[in-house]
Amino acid sequence: PETLFDKIWRRHVIHQQPDGPALLYVDRNIVHDGTFHAFEMLRARQLPILRPGQTFGTPDHYVATRGANAQQAPEVSRMVDMFARNMEGSGIHVFPRGDKRQGIVHVVGPEQGITLPGLFMVCSDSHTSTHGGLGAFAFGIGQSENAHVLATQTLWQERPKRMRITVDGQLGLGVSSKDVILAIIGRIGAGGAVGYVVEYAGSTVRGFSVEQRLTMCNMSIEAGAKAGLIAPDDTVYHYLHGRPFAPKDAKWERAVAYWRSLPSDEGAMFDREVSLDASTIAPMVTWGTTPEDVLPITGTIPDPAKEQDAGKREHIMAALDYMGLQPGARLSETPIDIVFIGSCTNGRIEDLRIAAKILKSTKVKVPTVIVPGSGLVKAQAEAEGLDAIFRAAGAEWREPGCSMCVGMNGDTVAKGQRSASTSNRNFIGRQGAGSRTHLVSPAMAAAAAVAGKLTDVRKLPNGGGGQ
Amino acid sequence: MDAFRKLTAVAAPYDLDNVDTDQIIPARFLKYPRSGGYGQFLFHDQRRNEDGSQRADFVLNRPDYKAARILVTGENFGCGSSREGAVYALADSNFRAVIAPSFGQIFHNNCFKNGILPVVLPHDRIKAIAARLKQNPGSFLTVDLERNVVIVDGPNGDQEIPFTVDAFWREALLAGVDEIGLTLTYSEKIAAFERDYHKQFDWLQ
Ligand code: SF4
Repeated sequence: PETLFDKIWRRHVIHQQPDGPALLYVDRNIVHDGTFHAFEMLRARQLPILRPGQTFGTPDHYVATRGANAQQAPEVSRMVDMFARNMEGSGIHVFPRGDKRQGIVHVVGPEQGITLPGLFMVCSDSHTSTHGGLGAFAFGIGQSENAHVLATQTLWQERPKRMRITVDGQLGLGVSSKDVILAIIGRIGAGGAVGYVVEYAGSTVRGFSVEQRLTMCNMSIEAGAKAGLIAPDDTVYHYLHGRPFAPKDAKWERAVAYWRSLPSDEGAMFDREVSLDASTIAPMVTWGTTPEDVLPITGTIPDPAKEQDAGKREHIMAALDYMGLQPGARLSETPIDIVFIGSCTNGRIEDLRIAAKILKSTKVKVPTVIVPGSGLVKAQAEAEGLDAIFRAAGAEWREPGCSMCVGMNGDTVAKGQRSASTSNRNFIGRQGAGSRTHLVSPAMAAAAAVAGKLTDVRKLPNGGGGQ
Repeated sequence: MDAFRKLTAVAAPYDLDNVDTDQIIPARFLKYPRSGGYGQFLFHDQRRNEDGSQRADFVLNRPDYKAARILVTGENFGCGSSREGAVYALADSNFRAVIAPSFGQIFHNNCFKNGILPVVLPHDRIKAIAARLKQNPGSFLTVDLERNVVIVDGPNGDQEIPFTVDAFWREALLAGVDEIGLTLTYSEKIAAFERDYHKQFDWLQ
């Protein structure tokens, strides 16, 4: 019996070094405006791109989200120009700046049907684990590795171990897959899955929509995992059918037949098993500077004096100092300066619908920036009138891109300011030098916008039911 | 990649856990070309005050560690973003080895591509080494990849701590192998694999 991961891995091994890495065949590679070193390396060695038809590109990290006429530092906008030059004549499928299909790599891949079950995919971005939500084995690689992929369509890799995380039971109203993955990271730690590929299983996961699965797999890297994976099923086939790069007609039928053979066999062995009861998970919020610093919104800020382990105590003290928080204070009383809803974790249409549900007919108390994950997400949201709800509430509705998740395009959180953010990293300086990030779900971010502080979305009149 | 065989150099202790690549190099510096050097960005926001002046309390700013080429650090070093800029920043600051109990996996791979050796040692050993380095700032460690040992000089003479590195990457680093060049020697095997693969999965075309 084999696991889902074992089956995908086996099918991609070109060559196995005895006691060493395997040379794996890469199905699809997505490049973005931060991948320039890889192109530079190829040029320096005068190497061609071996399989441009299996390579896809879209700018996301550096694109302006205030529209084409936005004021952006020339050295930033230059990055998107450089991306366009690298794409020119390359044969790569490109969704360029201004194209309706442009967006964050991990939103565009699934949306276009580039991501398919059973594929081995790479991208020079750590959140490539996202694509596991459709049953692809996908992980982030460096730029040297990407140059290697572009030149050879292969990658040398050690075989990771296998972990299964099973989540069973009914989630409470107002609790989402973002809360589940934050709870998992809180449980196993930011390094808890180092060396493993994680398969998420259980009735809760089976019940998730594709977008909820993508959110969950997205943050696998935040537990240190090589990749996250969920077995493909009818939910996935329904989502993929008819997408531009997904197979069609007779090919579609053959693909689905193959995909149905992929889920882990009965009795397949995992190197580690973890399980969670979904009914015990509350809306989660991070308080510190690593995603493992996470608690239910009902909790209080940890007290370093109560921590036995010296290393952890030092970390809590440093984190609270950076975050400007007091031990013992209630998380739900923490005032917020700015709210960000977007990113490859939570910048999809379902996320925006949840935010709109909470923001409808209210006013935000703090600046609220809403950035769709792609041009198509933006168009869909506008077709549904979500943009009007956001604007009426006083939130800003922007153009697609990574934006305030990482601030590389200039959308930053100011020094000392506190954000409630639907992104994936609360690292020191992640949203800008001196920024203080609280990671939350879209429902919790919208609730924070309305309350001007971190608050339990379940207590808002229209807050429950936001999955 | 540059070859790595044996290195004896000043080692700097920075034994915090979960040091992410955003700390090693903040995102705003990633837009610069490599040609300008990435060493200036290493731990930038930890290292400097807002006016750009150096913070005296940051370990790498201390005169004892000016010549450091080995970093001794905590669990899950280099976690987070895949940015290879984190490794460029270390390499361009003359670091050639990082010793930690565990590494972020993408960072770990990126190290090998840039001639930096990531050494995994048990947590307790690292704590002991870091404590020793703090007592004797500016002291040396030896990382010997030919013999797979870290050598610490102690009060009772040298102490050798063994480590393991995957044989394939070890060979590559010892020889300074060009990985793309190596893979291109498998071109026929890759082409044969592709033919078979696309026949079976014709719906991928
Ligand atoms: S949205 Fe954030 S995490 Fe996702 S790819 Fe962009 S910068 Fe990376």
